[in-house]
Amino acid sequence: MAAVDDTTIQTLKVESPAREAWRMFLRNKSAIVGLVLLTIIIVVTFLGPLVYVIDPFDVAWAPFTPPGEEATVPWGTDYLGRDVLAGIINGGAATLAVGASAALITIVIGVTIGAFAGFYGGFVDEALMRVTEFFQVLPPLLFAMVLVSLFSPTLTTVAIAIGVVSWTQTARLTRAEFLKIKQLEYVTAARSIGAGNSRIIWKVILPNALPPLIVSATLIVGVAILFEAGLSFLGLSDPNIMSWGLMIGSSREYIIDSWWAVTFPGAAIFLTVLSVSLIGDGLNDALNPRLRER
Amino acid sequence: MSALVAIAQRLFYAIILILAVVVLNFFLVHLAPGDPADVIAGEMGGATEEVMADIRKSYGLDKPIYVQLGVYLGRVLQGDLGQSYFYNAPVADLILGRLGPTLLLVITALIFAIVVGTFLGVMASRNPTGIFSNVITVLSLIGYSAPVFWTGIMLIIVFASAIPLFPISNMYDITLEGGPIDHVIDVAHHLVLPAFTLGIIYLAQYSRLSRASMLEVLGSDYIRTARAKGLSEPVVVGKHALRNAILPVVTIAGLQFGGLISGAVLVETVFSWPGLGTLALDAILGRDYPTIIGILFFSSMIVIIANLLTDLAYRLVDPRIRAGGHK
Repeated sequence: MAAVDDTTIQTLKVESPAREAWRMFLRNKSAIVGLVLLTIIIVVTFLGPLVYVIDPFDVAWAPFTPPGEEATVPWGTDYLGRDVLAGIINGGAATLAVGASAALITIVIGVTIGAFAGFYGGFVDEALMRVTEFFQVLPPLLFAMVLVSLFSPTLTTVAIAIGVVSWTQTARLTRAEFLKIKQLEYVTAARSIGAGNSRIIWKVILPNALPPLIVSATLIVGVAILFEAGLSFLGLSDPNIMSWGLMIGSSREYIIDSWWAVTFPGAAIFLTVLSVSLIGDGLNDALNPRLRER
Repeated sequence: MSALVAIAQRLFYAIILILAVVVLNFFLVHLAPGDPADVIAGEMGGATEEVMADIRKSYGLDKPIYVQLGVYLGRVLQGDLGQSYFYNAPVADLILGRLGPTLLLVITALIFAIVVGTFLGVMASRNPTGIFSNVITVLSLIGYSAPVFWTGIMLIIVFASAIPLFPISNMYDITLEGGPIDHVIDVAHHLVLPAFTLGIIYLAQYSRLSRASMLEVLGSDYIRTARAKGLSEPVVVGKHALRNAILPVVTIAGLQFGGLISGAVLVETVFSWPGLGTLALDAILGRDYPTIIGILFFSSMIVIIANLLTDLAYRLVDPRIRAGGHK
């Protein structure tokens, strides 16, 4: 993703901006903690089910078993007798997959709209910004709830619904960056050598607008995960696929009797979002030129 | 004069936005798979042929789509949001009955977040490594990363048995006897945990925001002047600096109303708070589409009004904008 051609720079022994940012990032302790934490979560989510082979929907144990009481269900069971640890291990996949794809949808819609608005200006900008403002007045979670319930409660619908309700900030950010960058000399230079509009948008301006967008993308991943958790907590996601939000939602009536069945999945969501936002903070410090020593 | 024109412009624009929301709602019902009459009846199986025929007639479903849109717009503008076949009541009545509790929750949470957040931010700006800065850091971690419904559940677990100080569900105690003041206190008592839960997300944001803007303002020339002419530190910070540092907080607060309502849906569900959020969830689980869509319409309207009020408040607080030409 480096915006600069590396071949000429290497001979001068100067770091590329991407590498310099990476070095800055690695110096940031909390960012490293976030990275390690996220790696652990991803590894557990994708390899865990192969090691701990228990169906999270299986009601094979005594209900309300507290954690640590039975060796076979170390993290206890919920009100139906389902293994909480199996739920945690298997529930991550849906949360992470929906969170990541919703974030991707958010970014694609937001960047496209923001790029066109900022680049073309005038009527296009006016129209697209009106659309953006319109989407900003719809309370995001309620709108997503309506979309999911009107269509179908599948993971795909949930991811699309989250994307559709949350792209507005990305659009505004992208637009602001485009407005700033399109006046710079290298854009004029690109145009003077005959680059067309779409080349200038995607190949000249966008790479230079990336640093703030990457930072906001990590925040969006965090928000999307919280969104997915919220929707599945409310019972508005696929009921046949285990997720952390679903675990909390289904044990909602039994908070006091089985605190572990709601505390552990919530902690899993918290740690996941926390790791993503720590990484985001680290990227912000590394990519923000104002903070970087020059 | 120009200020009046600017306000009139904002008003006109707000009305256009409201109309746009109505049109969106109309198309949502029509884009959903299946017969719109089914959607309106709520697919609850309870709708008889008679009811269905009635729906088709009153919504003009046998007419072309633009006529249907016109019929729908006319109905909404008359305050008719349709009939809930799930609750067997007009949707507008259902919503108005639940509006108060939601506004109470949302506004309390917002005020709590602004007041405490600004206080924390101001204190932290005076000592970037002190205890207030650490409090803000911890709050930010929770506010940004913990799912709000989980924070609420954790508070319920703590306050249910360990520290039974506050009620953990509902809005009032139905067995309570006594005068109106007792009932107000009762509601306020029930409000503590939900409002705190909802407020903590925004508390994190406002404290960071006000710290940042306070640090910026405190470094400016007029603060140095104020100090140089011998004003006491509380006056400099509380009067000269705060007035300018709070501007970004005010702007953000109004724009976040949509997010607040979203958060309220989750918080209300956790604490069984009888507001729009629990109504929305019940309506969705009962496939009661007129109610769901009515709530979406109503809450969007609240956001539009909140934005409008923020805009006006901003004009009052910041003299630079009064002349107009903002945005």
